[in-house]
Amino acid sequence: MKQIDENTVKHVAYLSRLALDEKELKAYSSQLTSILSYIDKLNEIDTKDTLPTTHVLPSLKNVFRKDILRPSLPVDDVLENAPSKDGRFFKVPQIIEGK
Amino acid sequence: MDKLYSLTAHRLKELLDKRETTPSSILDEVFKRIEEIDHKVKAVVLPNKSAALSQAGSAKNTGKLYGIPVLIKDNICVKGEATTCASRILENFKPPYDATVIKKLKTAGAILIGKANMDEFAFGSSCETSCYGPTRNPWDLDRIPGGSSGGSASAVAADETILALGSDTGGSIRQPASLCGVVGLKPTYGRVSRYGLIAFASSLDQIGPITKDVKDAATLLGVIAGYDEMDSTCVDLPVPDYTKALSKDVKGMKIGVPKEYFVKGIDSQVESGIRNAIKVYRDLGAEVLDISLPHTEYAVSTYYIVAPAEASSNLARFDGVQYGLRDLESRDIIDMYIKTRSKGFGNEAKRRILLGTYCLSSGYYDAYYLKAQKVRTKIRGDFENAFKLCDCIITPTTPTPAFKLGEKVSDPLSMYLSDVCTIPANLAGLPAISIPCGFSSNGLPIGMQILARPFAEEDIFRAAYAFEQNTDFHRKRPAL
Repeated sequence: MKQIDENTVKHVAYLSRLALDEKELKAYSSQLTSILSYIDKLNEIDTKDTLPTTHVLPSLKNVFRKDILRPSLPVDDVLENAPSKDGRFFKVPQIIEGK
Repeated sequence: MDKLYSLTAHRLKELLDKRETTPSSILDEVFKRIEEIDHKVKAVVLPNKSAALSQAGSAKNTGKLYGIPVLIKDNICVKGEATTCASRILENFKPPYDATVIKKLKTAGAILIGKANMDEFAFGSSCETSCYGPTRNPWDLDRIPGGSSGGSASAVAADETILALGSDTGGSIRQPASLCGVVGLKPTYGRVSRYGLIAFASSLDQIGPITKDVKDAATLLGVIAGYDEMDSTCVDLPVPDYTKALSKDVKGMKIGVPKEYFVKGIDSQVESGIRNAIKVYRDLGAEVLDISLPHTEYAVSTYYIVAPAEASSNLARFDGVQYGLRDLESRDIIDMYIKTRSKGFGNEAKRRILLGTYCLSSGYYDAYYLKAQKVRTKIRGDFENAFKLCDCIITPTTPTPAFKLGEKVSDPLSMYLSDVCTIPANLAGLPAISIPCGFSSNGLPIGMQILARPFAEEDIFRAAYAFEQNTDFHRKRPAL
């Protein structure tokens, strides 16, 4: 059985941009281990010659629209929800190194 | 006379057409009912009385849902009204646009009365992961209403609304409808636009109706279905008048009963409810066949790779930049993402993000996500074969009636397994309904699921309506 140890959980949490405390690491490690060992059932099935289903619609294709000018959402309405803004822009902590 | 809030939409329409009532009187009664009983049920999280009253005051009797109150699951965007997915990370979020289904409801004259409680981001089968606290089952307040559309189903059962919208990724409309004794339909993948539905698992999600009877479900689906250029997975097929499919006649209809749904873990009272329903169909002249869906036992495993994987990707957008919660103490941008997300997401959301990220991470993608997608092909194949033999498939909607609050909270795997009967329809993209078909010895509703071929919702309505009109399980209401 595959063990999802606390270091693995920590790594996956970082990839997910989540911080977990010791208690959470422990709990998720044991829960993910039991969920994934249940999921291992899938290895009973031979899928050597089976194509994957990414979606169920037979006719799904990329949809293009005509390049016609049309109104977007008003900037002020969209910025209404911004946790922090500056004029017409979302404001975030510094991204690029330097002054 | 029956209270207005206890009536179906089609009955209210008759009264409105005869001018025996008005949208404002219906709305008054519905809000009185909410004020009277919602402190027990806790299904309505964001009521919007003032907006609803002004809509009702100015409504014109033209649309199919003129004057009919509708409660909206809190993951569907309504312009200018809080839409939070029952998550702290979206607190105070007011969408600057309407979801397509909301536009369609407004055009049809429906009155939006507010938002229904749900599991956070629709992650759950019990409505216990909501940041607002759990919703209760109106048939027994110590029990869960099911999830994730638990607020929508509970409110319909408790007569706090006439109609409701839910969303269904692995059973989130049908499972709570079953546990609350109401009707819930997951349409075919591609039938209803998801524009404005906050995404959980994009290859599975569908919006659908939760109603007091089959006729209302047919009417509501007719309003919300149809092509939308804003959703590239929405299929351009004409929308039939689903109410025309409501015939009491199922003579000659071929109904398949898959043996894999009657195995250990299925409650004996649920099984006998379904067996009785099968007898009703036989008596009505339908042809009942034993069929097999051999990969059924792999559906939950497949789903719990595909759904969390897609969810972990969809939920990456909640980073504190454009909307919702932000941790304002952060030093740099990565720190801001991490602190915001760690504070904003609840336990189940974190668990699914971790599970999904793990299954998609380098070195594990082929073993998990790709493997699951291949097994998904096998599950679809089962249904394709079965529908060569029959028009509809009947199963239990849930393996047991509603369980107790707190019973499965600390054991996620046992919670996940409660979706065993509903998940296959999502993986295969099929339409499926749950309708009431009995009660347990302690008075809890039992639901029957009916599945059909892609875009054959009319077959579902025909079978469901015939059963409903020949039984009276749908007429019972909980005492509150």
